[in-house]
Amino acid sequence: MRYEAPSSLDQAVALLVNERGEARVLAGGTDLLVQMKTEVIEPVLVVDIKGIAELCQIKEEGGGFRVGAAVTGAELKEHAKLQSTWPGVVEAANLIGSTQIQGRATMGGNLCNGSPAADSVPALIAAGAKATIVGPQGRRDLPVEDVMLAPRKLALAKGEIIASFLLPPKPARSGEAYLRFIPRTEMDIAVVGCGVCLTLDAKGVCTAARVSLGAVAARPLLVAPAAAALIGSKVDDAALRKLDAAAQAACQPIDDKRGTKEYRIKVAGVLARRAAQIALERARKG
Amino acid sequence: MSKHHISATVNGDAVEFLCETEDTLLDVLRDQLGLTGTKEGCATGDCGACSVTVDGRLVCSCLMLGVEAKGKSIGTIEGIAQGEALHPLQRKFLEHAALQCGICTPGFLVAAKSLLEKSPDPSETEVRYWLAGNLCRCTGYDKIVRAVLDAAAEMRGA
Repeated sequence: MRYEAPSSLDQAVALLVNERGEARVLAGGTDLLVQMKTEVIEPVLVVDIKGIAELCQIKEEGGGFRVGAAVTGAELKEHAKLQSTWPGVVEAANLIGSTQIQGRATMGGNLCNGSPAADSVPALIAAGAKATIVGPQGRRDLPVEDVMLAPRKLALAKGEIIASFLLPPKPARSGEAYLRFIPRTEMDIAVVGCGVCLTLDAKGVCTAARVSLGAVAARPLLVAPAAAALIGSKVDDAALRKLDAAAQAACQPIDDKRGTKEYRIKVAGVLARRAAQIALERARKG
Repeated sequence: MSKHHISATVNGDAVEFLCETEDTLLDVLRDQLGLTGTKEGCATGDCGACSVTVDGRLVCSCLMLGVEAKGKSIGTIEGIAQGEALHPLQRKFLEHAALQCGICTPGFLVAAKSLLEKSPDPSETEVRYWLAGNLCRCTGYDKIVRAVLDAAAEMRGA
């Protein structure tokens, strides 16, 4: 196995393009090293992207934030303005693993690991984030909901790297939240995850919403009917009941040791309501 | 494939080592540098026994490659005591009997030291969450948490 630590994206892309065998990008390594150790994957080339400055930065851009794909969970939490603007995204990323894992784990890695249960992904989808992808053909932006296709399968061509996430400017009176259900208080993989972002008008009527569910299908979902249940309402009990039903209807979960299909579907509705209520409180404050 | 020649700083001292690409930082610390205080528990980032700091950030050394340590400043359990003088956390772990078999203890001490540098007056909840990635199968955690809170109080001069 070769290890390369390029200092530019162009070099990283060239390394990946020119490698005929299995090549992997190393960001925080909290999934990659475990998969290498257990021989789930046996790459011949590992490209460490943490030496590329733009991948390790959080910058304000166009009224929003550009978050490098290799920024760690701990760094997200320490960025006061990002935390106050997009608390749901930061909280979601900080649900991943322990303090030690937070010191290394990244949102780029969380997405590229290709797990339907990745915590930061539904939060990014709800926030309307785009992934900026760099590859041999140049740069392109893809909505985060379009990056993962199925477990371990991404819409990335050979040599393409997720460089950063662009969180859009947040409209006034907007709030967002991410909640996940696990059978204990900390450090587990989501049975269901749900991100909700909503915007109110001056009268408190919801004018825009995005709802995303994780761990209930082969990939994290953007659920338009769930958002439609909120839009035009004051996010009252009737709207929350419709949201609950729409969230449940979108689920196509598997049965596994973490939860049965029926249980996951039920919990998806409950989490959607609770996340919407937190998003509503945050929207009223901001 | 030739080995990587890496220069880094460990507990304030410049070190050089040779490693294979596959070697983790934990492998390097224990097998190349003879710093066997850092323990391997699960080797998959779940137990925290291999906790070290890298440029001041708490991480699992089993989830980092040795080659990634190039130019970094690593802190391990061996750097916590000042010569013969134990760190307050170490003394409080002894006073509170916050250890039994001892395998998890270096990881707890490194993690707790990292917490107190960031938060000198943590609540019990904060201590429990910060140390949630350190597993102990002997003590039931209460003594560990009390030792950390007591050490924090002493270090603040309270």
